[in-house]
Amino acid sequence: MATIITITSGKGGVGKTTTSASIASGLAMRGFKTAVIDFDVGLRNLDLIMGCERRVVYDFVNVIQGDANLHQALIKDKHADNLFVLPASQTRDKDALTEEGVEKVLKDLEHQGFDYIVCDSPAGIEHGAVMALTFADEAIVVTNPEVSSVRDSDRILGIIQSKSRRAVEGREPVKEHLLVTRYSPKRAHEGEMLTYTDIQELLRIPLLGVIPESEAVLHASNQGIPAIHQKDTPVADAYLDAIGRFLGETHPLRFVDHEKPGLLKRLFGGK
Amino acid sequence: MSWLSLIFGEKKATASVAKERLQLIIARERVGLSGPDFLPDLQKDLVAVISKYVKINPEDIKVGLEKQGNFEVIEVNIVLPEIR
Repeated sequence: MATIITITSGKGGVGKTTTSASIASGLAMRGFKTAVIDFDVGLRNLDLIMGCERRVVYDFVNVIQGDANLHQALIKDKHADNLFVLPASQTRDKDALTEEGVEKVLKDLEHQGFDYIVCDSPAGIEHGAVMALTFADEAIVVTNPEVSSVRDSDRILGIIQSKSRRAVEGREPVKEHLLVTRYSPKRAHEGEMLTYTDIQELLRIPLLGVIPESEAVLHASNQGIPAIHQKDTPVADAYLDAIGRFLGETHPLRFVDHEKPGLLKRLFGGK
Repeated sequence: MSWLSLIFGEKKATASVAKERLQLIIARERVGLSGPDFLPDLQKDLVAVISKYVKINPEDIKVGLEKQGNFEVIEVNIVLPEIR
């Protein structure tokens, strides 16, 4: 059985694609055969974040419409074995994603022995976003410590609970996870930013992890290498911990407490 | 801003305001999306049941949903006709 994980948020720019790339890479690094699908038809970007933009020949919509088979469209990732990318179409409109078409592609991936299928949702609550969450077994809701992001996360949770296949068919509900991204322990400590416990209290779903705000994310996207590969950075370590928790391991939260910099560090800076 | 905060660069702790605002709006939107669907039906059924015993107008029964802390409260208000 393949597990379908939807990465969603409602709001744009909170780190869905960054998270999709890193979660998919992390699962593949653990030895699971993983596919990551870009559902943002018309505005594809997962290919850039994964660094495979020049190898895109066929896309998700081509497969749905039968112009190409999955084998032709899946791009093998350069950084992790077991990982394949299915890019979104850049030219079609989002109505090209039909429910039957999406379901068939997911079924075919399952038949090909994929363990995990990661669905990178577009922003918003319209067709593309609903298609990305319809078949979810688990959902990772990416939230920034900021009012509009928290509110939109709550909206998207409501949609998962009403429109997903699991909800419609009355099966066991989609397993929801909260991933707080772009977190600044210092600002949260100083009362300038919602803390991750505030957000968890508001959204009432289990916390999968807290990814700190970091320059490493931009470095990663500049190079087309998922952030989880930026060795020994807090961002990569936080994503690795989140993968562990997703797989049922216990890892204490890291990079969430603010340590006051010592005098020397304050005088001379440094990282 | 006082001169002290100018010197020490005091920052505003606005996160608590954000949390309070979110608590209110999220609670309201959750009720708005999930709650009132069944309220009109409930109201109709109540009118039917009570009409068996007392003669009332449908608009004399008011049904509302309220949020109190972690609980949702259904409030039913039944105005009985004046006894002459």
